[in-house]
Amino acid sequence: MSGQDISHDLAARVAEASQSGTALTIHGSGSKTFYGRASRGETLAVDGHTGIVNYEPTELVLTARAGTPLAELDEALAAEGQQMPFDPPRFGGGTLGGAIATGLSGPGRPWLGAARDQVLGLRLINGRGEHMRFGGEVMKNVAGYDVSRLMAGALGTLGVLTEVSLKVLPRPEAELGLRLNLPVMEGFSQVEDWFRQGFPVTGAAHDGSHLHLRLSGSQSALQAAGQTIGGEHVAEVANWWSALRDQALPFFEDADTPLWRVSLPPLTDSSGFDGPVLHDWNGQQLWLRGARDAAALREQAASLGGHAVCFRGGDQEDAVFHPLAAPLQTFHRRLKQAFDPAGILNPGRMYADF
Amino acid sequence: MVSVYRQEDHAFEVDRETLIQGLREVLAPDNLLVDDEAMRPFECDGLSAYRQMPLVVALPSSIDEVQAVLALCSRLRVPVVARGAGTSLSAGALPHPQGVLLSLSRFNQILSIDERRRLARVQPGVRNLAISEAAAPYGLYYAPDPSSQITCSIGGNVAENAGGVHCLKYGLTVHNVLSVTMVTMEGELVTLGSEALDSPGFDLMAAITGSEGMLGVIVDVTVKLLPHPPAKEVLLAGFADVETAGNAVAGIIAAGIIPGGLEMMDNPAIRAAEDFVHAGYPVDAAAILICELDGNPAELQDQLDKLRILLDRLGSNDIRVAKTPEEQASFWAGRKAAFPAVGRISPDYYCIDGTIPRKRLAEVLRRMQELSDQYGQRVVNVFHAGDGNLHPLVLYDGNVPGEFDRTEELGGKILELCVEVGGTVTGEHGVGMEKINQMCVQFPEAEITQFHALKAAFDPHGLLNPGKAIPTLSRCAEFGGMHVHDGQLPHPDIPRF
Repeated sequence: MSGQDISHDLAARVAEASQSGTALTIHGSGSKTFYGRASRGETLAVDGHTGIVNYEPTELVLTARAGTPLAELDEALAAEGQQMPFDPPRFGGGTLGGAIATGLSGPGRPWLGAARDQVLGLRLINGRGEHMRFGGEVMKNVAGYDVSRLMAGALGTLGVLTEVSLKVLPRPEAELGLRLNLPVMEGFSQVEDWFRQGFPVTGAAHDGSHLHLRLSGSQSALQAAGQTIGGEHVAEVANWWSALRDQALPFFEDADTPLWRVSLPPLTDSSGFDGPVLHDWNGQQLWLRGARDAAALREQAASLGGHAVCFRGGDQEDAVFHPLAAPLQTFHRRLKQAFDPAGILNPGRMYADF
Repeated sequence: MVSVYRQEDHAFEVDRETLIQGLREVLAPDNLLVDDEAMRPFECDGLSAYRQMPLVVALPSSIDEVQAVLALCSRLRVPVVARGAGTSLSAGALPHPQGVLLSLSRFNQILSIDERRRLARVQPGVRNLAISEAAAPYGLYYAPDPSSQITCSIGGNVAENAGGVHCLKYGLTVHNVLSVTMVTMEGELVTLGSEALDSPGFDLMAAITGSEGMLGVIVDVTVKLLPHPPAKEVLLAGFADVETAGNAVAGIIAAGIIPGGLEMMDNPAIRAAEDFVHAGYPVDAAAILICELDGNPAELQDQLDKLRILLDRLGSNDIRVAKTPEEQASFWAGRKAAFPAVGRISPDYYCIDGTIPRKRLAEVLRRMQELSDQYGQRVVNVFHAGDGNLHPLVLYDGNVPGEFDRTEELGGKILELCVEVGGTVTGEHGVGMEKINQMCVQFPEAEITQFHALKAAFDPHGLLNPGKAIPTLSRCAEFGGMHVHDGQLPHPDIPRF
């Protein structure tokens, strides 16, 4: 297997920083530096820690070093007819470590699972510079606390990820893209019914005028679904959905205004969110374009059982993520203390107080 | 019965009378048991070889009472062991000799089924199967189906990250629970997760799921429901040797088929099950695979055709597809009755729970046979083949002096073998008290220390389920099986007893 192992150097560097109290900013390919708060400190480059360590297609497991480019994983998986079902946003680059540390998932999330769902195990360097291994390369494993999944979305504030084992799955035989003339809520409700009928839905988004539907499965299943559902067949299906995933659709073009993300419970009436809105995840992930009153938007999302994040283009010195309830704040502070007592790993990247 | 707790696990200073007096002030009179006779049913869980009487048993009937009990125990520094239906197979709910056994059995209400949004909100004492039964009128079900699903409770399922026979396709408890409300050791009520697909901050649902009652006491659970698949097929394939069967599992997955369930049984298990439920299994086969496919009818037919050709090519000499729902049920009946079936051929059996990479199956089965010969105890194998989760059943007679001890030692060796080939000491039953020594084999000192630090973030005084799940370093030093890291002697700084 290719690549290089620089974990000894990384661990030594963290141990040293821990001694001297030097803050470190973990840096992979830099494709998602816009996400989260600005973190201060010296750069700890992990993009030199690369390579697939183990890939067993029949075990449905792939293990790679954290700095491995997502493109390299895509290529290796495609060669065996497999894929990462959580389909992380690539944003023109991206590493495995960054995909897990941010915990972001693509348009198939409601049906195919999230980044955290597909993490089987990982290695990390904690804030003391100790290189450790949690979980493993098997599907079922309940030995010890699930530290691996806890790292998904922790933005590197609890440890420097060095290696990740993922559950991977066969790539579907074919994809079908449909465009339907249905209003937002009616469309999403309809998608839910199609899913219940056994149609292999893997994407449902609404751009304000049309419902975009993606189905993935055998030719026979897609043919049956297409006949029942109707709508306009979209050529080059993959392109539209990867553009949605990577925020390359025209909706996302105006990079000067903030982009908010709102996460909601299933089939929530989102008609109260005004301005330009793009609905993904069958209405459970909303993209809102333009400057907003943060407090009002957060309150609106919370009142519906969800939360709001200023995803990109906002003030990275300000609060980015939804504030935590008081008892949760305590757990967060104590967990940070447990993994990174000197507070040197990506300080402030998630919340200002750690 | 020797105490399985170590000295450092029960070094609390607890005054029973003060505790009882305090509990009487916060609990309704019927919700506290202090007499030995009344407490006896709580002295063990599903792993009855481990027994321990608690100081008292609390059976709260409201969240307020749970909060008050925990706040009191936190103040008095009294250990608390939470218990759901008591079906743990790893002694996870074994009482603590100085502690309160906190039974959640009275929290048995389904609070709501949101048919349209496919959510169920339930109290922790609700039985796993009861959720699916309540959802069935809407064509929905709750996916994780541990074999104890008739009796086990959802709170315990979350605590253990329970699995079942459909995990490869539908995931474990961690993939199917959206939110929990729990009471912290200090008595504070806190909600983790949400009905949305993600929540701000750390993924605390990941931390709490499978935490074995070490981080908090769950009092409310929201789970995701799935629609019943519109169609399913069940197929049974016999093999003349176990290795060919193991390779067939890899072959199915390599062909891009992810079955809803994929189970393997070896010859002794086939025979025991057939004698018990007459499922029509081929009793001369060295191994059988039971494979369930589900999905929409069009795709299913394609997959079934592909699978039959594939299994033939992969060396199965006996392929049967169930023609009716009754026949499907009968193919499953033997597998689901495997444990009681084995109970008929041996006075006692001990169920082991390790996971291995599937490709090492043939080797692991061979070496288990060698261990079985060496210890003189028979081993019968049922196996969640799809996800590599082994359940060897070691047969023994508890009335024959020494047989249980030999069995337990053999079980430990099997788990160590699982770790050696790249697997884990527990796939779905949890560490509890049972596998605590083997944790020292699986994890080096730094990881174990990190686990303790994580626990302290939730339970700073170590009062929740002490002595379980994560071994102390001195236990590991004494057990002597500690992982040797980078060729260094483990724990050179810790005294050995």
